[in-house]
Amino acid sequence: MTEVSMTVNGRPVRADVPDNTLLADFLRENLELTGTHVGCDTAQCGACVVHVNGRAVKSCNIFALECEGAEVATIEGEAAPDGTLSAIQQAFQDHHGLQCGFCTPGMVMSAKALLAENPEPTEAEIRAYLKGNICRCTGYHNIVRAIMAASGQDVSNIAAE
Amino acid sequence: MYEVIITRPRTLAEAIDLLGSDESQPLAGGQTLIPTMKQRLAAPETLVSLSGVKELAGITRGDGEITIGATATHAEVARELADSYPALAALAGNIGDPAVRNRGTIGGSLANNDPAADYPAGALGGNATIITNDREIPADQFFGGMFTTALLEGEIITAVKFPLPDAAAYAKFDQPASRFALAGVFVARFGDVVRVAVTGASEEGVFRWEAAEQALSGDFSAAALDGMKPDAVGMIGDLHGSPEYRAHLVGVMARRAVAVAAG
Repeated sequence: MTEVSMTVNGRPVRADVPDNTLLADFLRENLELTGTHVGCDTAQCGACVVHVNGRAVKSCNIFALECEGAEVATIEGEAAPDGTLSAIQQAFQDHHGLQCGFCTPGMVMSAKALLAENPEPTEAEIRAYLKGNICRCTGYHNIVRAIMAASGQDVSNIAAE
Repeated sequence: MYEVIITRPRTLAEAIDLLGSDESQPLAGGQTLIPTMKQRLAAPETLVSLSGVKELAGITRGDGEITIGATATHAEVARELADSYPALAALAGNIGDPAVRNRGTIGGSLANNDPAADYPAGALGGNATIITNDREIPADQFFGGMFTTALLEGEIITAVKFPLPDAAAYAKFDQPASRFALAGVFVARFGDVVRVAVTGASEEGVFRWEAAEQALSGDFSAAALDGMKPDAVGMIGDLHGSPEYRAHLVGVMARRAVAVAAG
């Protein structure tokens, strides 16, 4: 067991964990932040994307100990304390950017990272950025549409299906 | 994940000392190593995390060369070399996906020497020098076939030095699920000397395509490679493509890379 401390969604946390604890498991099991989903556990599906020091990472593919002292942001930190959705979350709801919702936490966190780097991405840039986030329901069109809408752009020309 | 001990040294000397044990292995970004450990394809008892070792971080620009610290992530290289070495920045910026690029490192990629990874082509085609805690190894002597390098037990990459080329480009045909290269070709021209390195295609891992280098040294244009492809013997054949298909792709990717570099 090794002590690890980090800041998660603005809250300082500290715990003794086995060294092999992955960040995804630390968030889900130790902190009970189960919004971060583990889909493939092989770093391919992107459902577990969170931000570490402002950068999107796959939390199933990084040890919690590697996040010592880091600022971690998860999907639970997106909505306001009163439950008001963030602009990206609201756009996913408005544009039907999810069906089963399993991939959505990772999609939203990747979208947030994209818009931080590139506030007005093109459709092609959004699709390229989501290479590491797999959705088995939507066919991606409404996800792309939602992200474009969240960036304040016209979405009427995005393929509908 | 099985039980493992993780050590987090702060200095290179401490890291080298910890790597002295047989059962320890360096952990860089972990984007290959962690999934490999989950599958038990690797099972080190101790991981020596390099992420906190300051000597391994950072990118410095010298006279006609750039030295990239071993723990520089693909995302950092893509951002910081965008103006000074756009071909290498583009290569780094198209590895895997954005989240992988935020963790994966140049040192880890080169030390792993996956036969379909991008950086080995960049390092070999770009005539890089791999700097370790012990010595400097020219890229021509570093890569030793699939997942094999000149690194000895306990030796780690500390930085990679790239001479700035007069022209360079990387063209990659992605395997769309893994985003590794089915064929990737890095072309660089240094004066009259042209280097062409191929990844993803050969059973032996990254290699220099010497016939293409000779053709391009007199005429640095895509047309100089018209109709050329490497021998299909020794190319990888799997469900994604036959050896003949990969040999064909190498020719196409080489022409695309030269067209960009010469353009």
